[in-house]
Amino acid sequence: MLNYTIRRLVLSIPTLLFIALVIFLLLELAPGDPMGQMPLTIPDDVKQRMREALGLGEPWYTRFYLWLYQFFIVEPQYWIDGIFGTNFADGAQRIISFQSRSPVFDTIAERLPQTLWVVGMSYVVGVAIALPIGIISAYKQYSVFDQAGTFVSMIGFSVPPFFSGVLVIVIFSVQLGWLPSIYDTTHQVVDWETFKFQLQQMIMPVMVLALQTTAQVSRYMRASMLDNLGQDYVRTARAKGMSESVVVMRHVLRNSMIPVVTVIALGIPSIFGGAIITEQVFKVNGLGQLLILALQGADIPMVMTITFLLAVLIVLMNLIADILYGVLDPRIRYD
Amino acid sequence: MPDGAMPVLDVRDLKTVFQTRGGEVHAVNDVSFALRPGELLGVVGESGSGKSVTMMSLLGLLPSPPADVRDGQVMFGGKDLLKVSMDELRAVRGGEIGFVFQDPMTSLNPVYTVGFQLMEPLRKHMGMNKRQAAKRAQELLELVGIPDARRRLDDYPHQFSGGMRQRVMIAIALACDPKVLIADEPTTALDVTIQAQILELMKELRDKLGMAVIWITHDLGVIAGIADRVMVMYAGQVVEHAPVKELFGNPQHPYTRALLKTIPSIAGERAARLTIIEGQPPIMGAAPSACPFRDRCDVAFERCAHENPPRYDVGHGHDTACFFDARTGAPRDA
Repeated sequence: MLNYTIRRLVLSIPTLLFIALVIFLLLELAPGDPMGQMPLTIPDDVKQRMREALGLGEPWYTRFYLWLYQFFIVEPQYWIDGIFGTNFADGAQRIISFQSRSPVFDTIAERLPQTLWVVGMSYVVGVAIALPIGIISAYKQYSVFDQAGTFVSMIGFSVPPFFSGVLVIVIFSVQLGWLPSIYDTTHQVVDWETFKFQLQQMIMPVMVLALQTTAQVSRYMRASMLDNLGQDYVRTARAKGMSESVVVMRHVLRNSMIPVVTVIALGIPSIFGGAIITEQVFKVNGLGQLLILALQGADIPMVMTITFLLAVLIVLMNLIADILYGVLDPRIRYD
Repeated sequence: MPDGAMPVLDVRDLKTVFQTRGGEVHAVNDVSFALRPGELLGVVGESGSGKSVTMMSLLGLLPSPPADVRDGQVMFGGKDLLKVSMDELRAVRGGEIGFVFQDPMTSLNPVYTVGFQLMEPLRKHMGMNKRQAAKRAQELLELVGIPDARRRLDDYPHQFSGGMRQRVMIAIALACDPKVLIADEPTTALDVTIQAQILELMKELRDKLGMAVIWITHDLGVIAGIADRVMVMYAGQVVEHAPVKELFGNPQHPYTRALLKTIPSIAGERAARLTIIEGQPPIMGAAPSACPFRDRCDVAFERCAHENPPRYDVGHGHDTACFFDARTGAPRDA
């Protein structure tokens, strides 16, 4: 297993380099000008000099190399310096946003907590609800519970968050006035009252996002449980005199979790991508919103860095899913 | 049922119906039989004759719906297994009645070790702690002839061959010293040499442990070699029932006789074609009101189309469900 993990980690380096190149070239090909949002009164030759000041005059391979150097060498140095108080970086140039002129990683670090709180929490809530729903739906197939679960899943799949988000705002903020419609990111939890407020402002975005996660994961769970409930080993377990709870929760569940764990692990990178639309609806200034604004402003370093970080997470989660597969299923051995 | 000893398992008029989209299917129709301690009862019949469904009905192992055990009595240890609570039934399953299934490749849970699966019933029914159960599990694997038992307890099912997995299944079924072992075509999925080994093992274990065995198969050769008594099933009914020598020497029911003729012989000249029984067994959409075998029968007469024959006793512990008396070559009196 350790050999396999190391081999996979080493192999992921060329993969990631290639992904970085593709993202960079795609951004190169995309239309858009960082000066596009500057006032029209600025003369063209001044704009041209500003572009050159941003480094856009260099050929693409130079810029790509510099980005790689900054991402893999300079930024980790700053990171280590920040933790241990050393001075490896020695004032080297960091990746700077075109728009804000501040280091990209600082901005990301600023936005990450909001996204993790809202989107991450919704993922945890969604999965925690989805697993029992999937298990019960499969065990009591075609029951009222199962039908209701199917119906809710259908809604979760088919209603987009820009609709469900606005809908819950209209109901709970406008009509009933129970919950704030805007997520206040400056809010700090210091005591019970502020904690309650934090919960209140999280409820709606978490609900909207969790519905989607629940819809997806519960369907996977249900299908996987159904596959396994009909297996011969289930009959064997019953013939051994095991109680239904042991049959389902011990024998069937462990087998059913194998494919579901993969689905759950592969869904984690999307948390960090933020929920672009939901964050817009509830005014959560998380990573999704950051990415959208960067795209609109042709902020290439910001877009490039966020997208690449997502690629890293996807590659990493794929690896983790494969390793978990081997842990859960003894038939799979990697060495 | 003749003969002295109290039966360990006594089944009366068992009826199982499946609810399907196309209506009801009467899979088991008034099956009665008794199993005496220490005997090996063979149950033969072609696919779909209700052999397995009968045995699974006894222990409530059929998924319900669609299955519905509608009627009958299954007396075991002074209780009717069709009426006891789920908890009592679970104590019998795997405790006093062991079950071995057909396909050893899929009958074990792939994600747990063989030792764990073997220790589960021990801990549940015998109240053993982990150490005692592990010791007993090792003994059981040795009993069914798995070499290096101690180490193999930690192996997963996929690390065993088919024959070895079936040995594990047998060990699980034997774990709690059952009074009855029900083996549902335990050798069908195995190749012939492994099949012979498993048969030998079963005979040996029965003599050693003294339990009663119900052996379901469609292989008459296996039955001849292992059974004390044989029950022939057709369309969910018992059509003939006799001690093994009597059945092979003096078959009464036309279906049994036809079945025996289909066994290819290795002696003498090779037949141009294998003998077959023409036609298909019927799908019972309703409780039978006529003899289900009449369409494929060579001695059927008018009465067979109106009445379902009861089981006639023909002596020597032998009974048959046929209106035609093979001994006299004439129909029985109405």
